[in-house]
Amino acid sequence: MEMPTPNAAILARKAELLKRLQQVLPDDALISDEAETRAYECDALTAYKCPPMLAVLPRSTQEVSDVLRICLDMNVPVVPRGAGTSLAGGALPTADCVILGVARMNEVLETDYANRIIRVQTGRTNLSVSGAVEEEDFFYAPDPSSQLACAIAGNIAMNSGGAHCLKYGVTTNNLLGVTMVMMDGTVVEIGGAHLDAGGLDLLGVICGSEGQLGVVTEATLRILRKPEGARPVLIAFDSNEVAGACVSDIIKAGVLPVAIEFMDRPCIEACEAFAKAGYPMCEALLIIEVEGAEAEIAHQLGLIVEIAQQHNPVELREADDADEAARIWLGRKSAFGAMGQINDYMCLDGTIPVSALPQVLRRIEEMSAEFGLKVANVFHAGDGNMHPLILFDANKPGDLERCEAFGAEILKLCVEVGGCLTGEHGVGIEKRDLMLHQYEAADIEAQLRVKDVFDPKWLLNPAKVFPLSSTENRRTVCLAAE
Amino acid sequence: MGALPPDPQGYLEEDEMMTPQSEAELADIIAGANGPLCIEGGGTRGIEVPGERLSTGGLSGVTLYEPGALTLVVQAGTPVAEIEALLATENQRLAFEPVDFRSSLGTEGEPTIGGVVATNASGPRRIQGGAARDFLLGVRFVDGRGEVLRNGGRVMKNVTGYDLVKLMAGSHGTLGVLTEVALKVLPRSETEATLAVEEIDLAAGIACLSAALGSPFDVTGAAYDPDAQRAYVRLEGFEASVAYRAKALREQLGRYGAVTEVSGSGELWRGLRDLHDFAGLEGDIWRVSVKPTDAVELIPTLGATRCLCDWGGGLVWALMPEGVDLRQRMTVPGHATLIRSGAGTSVPRHHPEPASLAAISAGLRRQFDPRHILNAGLMG
Repeated sequence: MEMPTPNAAILARKAELLKRLQQVLPDDALISDEAETRAYECDALTAYKCPPMLAVLPRSTQEVSDVLRICLDMNVPVVPRGAGTSLAGGALPTADCVILGVARMNEVLETDYANRIIRVQTGRTNLSVSGAVEEEDFFYAPDPSSQLACAIAGNIAMNSGGAHCLKYGVTTNNLLGVTMVMMDGTVVEIGGAHLDAGGLDLLGVICGSEGQLGVVTEATLRILRKPEGARPVLIAFDSNEVAGACVSDIIKAGVLPVAIEFMDRPCIEACEAFAKAGYPMCEALLIIEVEGAEAEIAHQLGLIVEIAQQHNPVELREADDADEAARIWLGRKSAFGAMGQINDYMCLDGTIPVSALPQVLRRIEEMSAEFGLKVANVFHAGDGNMHPLILFDANKPGDLERCEAFGAEILKLCVEVGGCLTGEHGVGIEKRDLMLHQYEAADIEAQLRVKDVFDPKWLLNPAKVFPLSSTENRRTVCLAAE
Repeated sequence: MGALPPDPQGYLEEDEMMTPQSEAELADIIAGANGPLCIEGGGTRGIEVPGERLSTGGLSGVTLYEPGALTLVVQAGTPVAEIEALLATENQRLAFEPVDFRSSLGTEGEPTIGGVVATNASGPRRIQGGAARDFLLGVRFVDGRGEVLRNGGRVMKNVTGYDLVKLMAGSHGTLGVLTEVALKVLPRSETEATLAVEEIDLAAGIACLSAALGSPFDVTGAAYDPDAQRAYVRLEGFEASVAYRAKALREQLGRYGAVTEVSGSGELWRGLRDLHDFAGLEGDIWRVSVKPTDAVELIPTLGATRCLCDWGGGLVWALMPEGVDLRQRMTVPGHATLIRSGAGTSVPRHHPEPASLAAISAGLRRQFDPRHILNAGLMG
């Protein structure tokens, strides 16, 4: 993956930059030692590494503002970082950048149950937001599988989803307001505790902008009362087509489960070997979860089972108690860990129309043979968000490149059938060069113009999201003017 | 024009309205425009900005409807009524309950989906399920340069590049003219029930709605009528489920007042959504967005002729004496939009933004509409 050549002029001014940052930050918030900056050399896309020039860990919005003002003045690129769990390389540094980590800003600023909101600093982890309101039986709905570690800042940057977003939506649907620092140090407040911010929907465009428009330091999030209960059902089929048809029929029947997870045979086998959840060996497995009071759960599961029976499942397993429910989820929840144990893997997250599912799975299988790399599929079937896991061996020369080429073909296929490159992980560097498969040059240009407004010098996370060739002029023009 | 009253706002006769029949034709018109354009869907919002009238009415029809994928793609000028009828055949609906302003504004015409999206017009269910912008999956539009642009797509989850889909929703035609929208639709509920809590004052009414919305019973409507001193709470879903939740909620809300079940729940919420009570009354109509519990402080300070609270108090509709600037009376954070006003009012329709945000908005408008010809001045 190509990254821009570090700017020698910037590197030459490292000492000056350090000195200016020392004037606005306490010593422990500034990391310049080469051994220590290495801790920030990558995120969860570990195939790519590059230590930053400096890393800063501010504790307040004011400190973030001071840092950005100085970096703007000195034309230094800034890469914002939440918890560094991006699977797309969203927080990958360049050698001439400052990593701005918000991890130390993790306070809960306000909880308001009457208005069903929580206001937090964005370094707070996703799960600990729910943790902060759990005693009142509330929760924060978006639940990316990295929720134990990932920060709200990163969730906002990538517009993160999760298994339960079929019912509750993704980050953008649960974000009511932000405090954001612009590249020039200006602090703006957008939205708040009211349901819709006035004016243009700036919140909507900031969420999912991958840290390219500003650094969000505080967020007002919607919290919800927990349902009385939830229960999954596991349904096994002897073909992907039938499982796909079953999902479609359930949705058409008016049942809206909170989650519909789909696993194919390679995935089931790997999970079974790893977690021993007792899954039936079959071609396709659905885990469907519904919520509500006992009577509602029973009613909805009744409908789902009735529909599933019409598709002749090879097995149908209902959970009679919490223990059985946990066993149904066990394999699915350990899917990524199971894959990691077998091999190195690359996790994609293209989204497709649900109707294209059988066709896409068939084609992926064919491509797997062509590329000579195994692939397992696990995904959120209700919303068509796929997670093909391509297995490869990082120590084998050429395997990573082959894996990336295979991944790119899968994502192009997703776009071809009417879907998109990424449903919840973001573009980062990983899918940057595929953007022109999804969008025309003019559509990309329109997005670049949005960044021009927020960050005219193109210093915030500049080498991400868009093909480097399409942003080159913007990235270099300001530096040349220096 | 001789027979028409003088019209400083640039009204033209019906036959002088431009109604392109294709996206390409629309793009040509915008690219070739040499003055401001007043963009119109069904004309039900009574928007009048200076300029030649340009209607999306010629861009009508369903491009794709896949009930099993909860996906609908339609051209922007498609009447909402047509869409709702189509969705009903599959027992589905637009879950954000688009508002129909005709009765409150005294306008005619057919609301179009493009107009709904451009104004992010969302009804009572917004409090639970989200606004129009939350259901919008993709857009095609023509920007102020006459360029056809696309963002988002037709799938439910999509974080590929910037979300200009949200930016277009609620941009009131000032960044571009929508030509096609993709929407997530949802199953229609099997049944609904509404509980009314009687003889309850404003403070208790809002507290009662907060309690209902903070319950595990998945409330999909929470309104308060200060005149009737009555709070309304709606439940939707499968019959058995609604019955169970109605019973549980009834017990829980009993401490606020006598709880009854309303007959004609559907009609009630349509009336609340479309402000039927404001129809034909004199005065300006304001739409105020605040933190729900702030409605308690807000309403007594307004001196309104009539108020209605939706979204648990977060949305306050106020009928004000003509020409009064409601914003001057607001003591709580939030924003207010002037929905209906007398001719020649000097009060801006949209809430003025703080300088830092106004600069961003103006910057975005410059990028998408450098000649400042699309609904110029409507938002700021």
